[in-house]
Amino acid sequence: MSTLELEPSVDTSKMQISDEVAIQIENMNKWFGTFHVLRDIDLTVYRGERIVICGPSGSGKSTLIRCINRLEEHQQGKIVVDGTELNSDLKNVDKVRSDVGMVFQHFNLFPHLTVLENCTLAPIWVRKVPRKEAVDRAMHFLEKVKIPEQANKYPGQLSGGQQQRVAIARSLCMMPRIMLFDEPTSALDPEMIKEVLDTMIELAEEGMTMLCVTHEMGFAQAVANRVIFMADGQIVEQNEPKEFFNNPKSERTQQFLSQIIGH
Amino acid sequence: MTTATDPGGGSFRPSMLIYDSRYRSATIQIVALIGFLLLIGWLVSNTVQNLADLGKSVGFGFLSEPAGYDINQRLLDYDSRDSHARAGLMGLLNTLLIAVMGCIMATIVGVIIGVLRLSNNWLVARIMTVYVEMFRNVPVLLWIVFSMAILIETLPPPSAYRGEDPAASMYLGDSVALTNRGVYVPEPLFGRTDEEGNPLSWRQGLGDVHLFGDAWLRFDVSLELIVVLSTLIAGILTSGLIKRRADRIQNRTGLRPRTWHWRAAAIILPSVIALWLMGFYLGKPELRGFNFAGGTHMRNSFIALWLALSLYTAAFVAEIVRGGILAISGGQTEAAAALGIRPRRIMSLVILPQALRVIIPPLISQYLNLTKNSSLAIAVGYMDLTGTLMGITLNQTGRELEAVMMTMLIYLLISLAISGAMNIYNNSVKLKER
Amino acid sequence: MADYSYVRKDMLPEREPPASAVGILGWLRENLFSGWFNSILTVLSLFFIYWILAAIIPWLWSPTWGAGSLSACREIIAELGKEHGGACYGVITERWQQLLFGFYPDELRWRPILTFVGLFVALAPVLFTDTAPRKLLWFTGAYLFLAPWLMWGGAIWTPLLVAAGPVLGFVAYRFLHGVIGNLASVILGVLIPVLFWLFLVGPISNGLYSIIPLGIEVVESRLFGGFMLSVWIGVVAISISLVLGVVLALGRQSDLLIVKYLSVGFIEFIRGVPLITLLFVASTLLNIFMPPGTNFDIILRVMIMATLFASAYIAEVVRGGLAALPRGQYEAADALGLDYWKAQRLIILPQALKISIPGIVSTFIGLFKDTTLVSIIGLLDPIGLTGSIRADANWNGIVWELYGFIALLFFLSCFAMSRYSMWLEKKLRKDHK
Repeated sequence: MSTLELEPSVDTSKMQISDEVAIQIENMNKWFGTFHVLRDIDLTVYRGERIVICGPSGSGKSTLIRCINRLEEHQQGKIVVDGTELNSDLKNVDKVRSDVGMVFQHFNLFPHLTVLENCTLAPIWVRKVPRKEAVDRAMHFLEKVKIPEQANKYPGQLSGGQQQRVAIARSLCMMPRIMLFDEPTSALDPEMIKEVLDTMIELAEEGMTMLCVTHEMGFAQAVANRVIFMADGQIVEQNEPKEFFNNPKSERTQQFLSQIIGH
Repeated sequence: MTTATDPGGGSFRPSMLIYDSRYRSATIQIVALIGFLLLIGWLVSNTVQNLADLGKSVGFGFLSEPAGYDINQRLLDYDSRDSHARAGLMGLLNTLLIAVMGCIMATIVGVIIGVLRLSNNWLVARIMTVYVEMFRNVPVLLWIVFSMAILIETLPPPSAYRGEDPAASMYLGDSVALTNRGVYVPEPLFGRTDEEGNPLSWRQGLGDVHLFGDAWLRFDVSLELIVVLSTLIAGILTSGLIKRRADRIQNRTGLRPRTWHWRAAAIILPSVIALWLMGFYLGKPELRGFNFAGGTHMRNSFIALWLALSLYTAAFVAEIVRGGILAISGGQTEAAAALGIRPRRIMSLVILPQALRVIIPPLISQYLNLTKNSSLAIAVGYMDLTGTLMGITLNQTGRELEAVMMTMLIYLLISLAISGAMNIYNNSVKLKER
Repeated sequence: MADYSYVRKDMLPEREPPASAVGILGWLRENLFSGWFNSILTVLSLFFIYWILAAIIPWLWSPTWGAGSLSACREIIAELGKEHGGACYGVITERWQQLLFGFYPDELRWRPILTFVGLFVALAPVLFTDTAPRKLLWFTGAYLFLAPWLMWGGAIWTPLLVAAGPVLGFVAYRFLHGVIGNLASVILGVLIPVLFWLFLVGPISNGLYSIIPLGIEVVESRLFGGFMLSVWIGVVAISISLVLGVVLALGRQSDLLIVKYLSVGFIEFIRGVPLITLLFVASTLLNIFMPPGTNFDIILRVMIMATLFASAYIAEVVRGGLAALPRGQYEAADALGLDYWKAQRLIILPQALKISIPGIVSTFIGLFKDTTLVSIIGLLDPIGLTGSIRADANWNGIVWELYGFIALLFFLSCFAMSRYSMWLEKKLRKDHK
């Protein structure tokens, strides 16, 4: 498990948490076949929060954030995102998906489209943004992730870190109010992790609501306002980072932390 | 506990048929089903009306009427007074015969050519490449009519074997004759008799069992053959036991006893003895008058079809075999060699078990193709299922709908059986992976 | 303890390899005579090649291009004193046009030729995506409607009206989309062009033709024959089956059970029966299935069945392409809020179809070879024509020359296509890395 050696310096001036609820999860349960992956999840996320979710593999953390934009369907309980309840109504699903950005472990860029086309595709076809405006917007975000010069290349020509930054830009082009990150750095070579984390930190500094499944504990300590530890499909412990890392309450958490930091 | 799937407080709106994931899939499926049923209904009503206009009815009574045509190459007894059903059965058996023979030969030729294509002898590999490209880039039908033409145009007529100084001579000790009317080969027979039918020795064979009386399904089973086959199977099982014993000894002591000669003897000796006891002999073809008599007469149509289908399919099999070996060799060979395994064992322990996994599924689909292509028999007059049921029976009875549908159904069943076997195989060898 | 410290004083220059490892000798040694077994194989192969060539070349070397009949050929060959006879090329000289075009009228043969040349231009943007200009795609679209018109002839209005069908469907979809919802408008968008083609194109075209008689001479399909027929059946069947095949493949991959099983049933049925039975359906049954009074001619019926046949195989090829796409592509499309059809159209199908092209080319090669089966139901494809050529008293008994000529043409076209497909496969694999 790679951890950042030094805590990055973070400008916290714009990181403000409001009282507005961004995501409300109540009593949510999910099964894969007979396997109970998520058990009685209760979670309220306020606008502007930066939440890091960690836990051993198979603990359900990825499934949890994939439920938030209904890549996975939950079977019991309630998920409300930005005031829209996720249920069988497909219009609600479409609305939530276009408001919530997602970054995947394996980038999932569209290899047959250029970087620019990757970024303009959804704004044009889902948000019905005029092409010119979509291109301007895409260039803006590509500049923000610091790779405007790669706009006309294909994803296959970029390094892993660059691809992941394009994936972030692609999500941002939909002007999401919430961003979900599903292990965004796990598939990267060590030297590329930093460039992706820097981009994520920059996003956090601008006040984006973020839920991030990651094992980058340096990132969690520097940026997160809350760390959630999951095991066996349950939220075992949540706390602010300093408390969480220095003074873990539950035995599972202590064991987990000792495993990932111990060496 | 609340349920998630509870949109809008339970009131149902028509728009939910499309915009609600619970109803949407049902809606689309019902629309698709209705569309499908409408299409079927439309076709059926058209057919009914057209048949009524033509004054035809649909029925399968024609199957029990006498066929009235002859089938020159057949596996069971049949004459033109037999029913259309029996004629169709002869056709089906001929289809199965050509399919099985074709698959066997295609496999043998294909494996040889596929392996030779990988030869490190440049010339041999090139010749095999030419073979593969030549056969698979020319239509199989052309190969079939071409083989037929070769047999008819280049082989001598039976009359060439006549006289003091014949222009042609038989092969393999006067037992095989190649003529432009077909190939005559020795026929396996049991219990030699004299002209009146009296046995010439105490080894007189056991005779036949007649099954199904006079029905269209009737067939005779030779008891001698059953005895010989069961001896053979028993021999193979015994050989398996010997192998298992060798495995046990190897597990216990680490040394593997040499057993191949025992295993060969267990298979061969009892069968040979059984053959001898049953009075087995080969009935050789002999020239009588203008033609050959005795022996088995394989007609040109059969030989041409057999050669063309198997050589054509062999080209595809060769590519499959080559691909399978190429896919596995390399790293696996090196790994096994690095462990000190000898080349012959590398092949049997490491390469083949893995290559077969890659080779067998496409190989079986080639068998399927060969079986379907055997329906081209009609081009050279070999009476298979297409030639009987969908050919002469259709023309004589005018039952297009029934004959074509039955033929398709039978072929479909054969195909499903073959692909069913393939699925069972695939599931049994699937690599265990996470 | 030994002293193993060592420092190189001067660097070694590069040297030539030993003479036995390079040049022709080295190559021969390496590839043909690397051991006694290999040497025997080489000698046997050389003997085999000599044996084949010695049998064929004298036969091929036969100056009979001008002979007007088989007996004339025999005279020429007898004069030359050739022992084993020789080929009679007179039949090719006299009949090659028929073998290529069947009975298509002489003075109109520029039309199939133009169609054939146009085919390559139309295919270029699809087959050579990197080098061909994208604008050619417009030509490809137009070609779909112009090619049948060139082949069969008739009023110019017919292809124009046929091309108007999809436009009509799209307009209907656009207008109705907001009114009756997505699903219903998609269904209508498909249904309207079909009904338009079935019931309106004919009368409107006739009407327009009687006002403005613009058109080319009609050629009936019974005059189609030879290679032209094989290529034409193959091309028409594959182009239409691409659409059907994609729909079937999506159906087979669908979560909707009824849709899935209908697709699976169709695909497995078609793949489970021999093509010849489907051709028998075309020749004996298809008119019975159609509304009373319909009388499609035999070539059209064969094309319908060949299309259904090809679509099942294309569906399996496309399914392979769909299955090869990583799950993440679907998820990313979902996460961006693209609906099923947009995700298919913009993300999934462009990628799946691209990796399916080699399989589609192979399917086309197979279908092209299989078009020879139409000779069994009496159509005059090249093999069917050999019968009618032999029926001519001049050429009664001629076999090898005709089969050889046909085999050569099939070989050249199929070989070229399979090489293209292999090249593309290699390129795709390289692009993937």
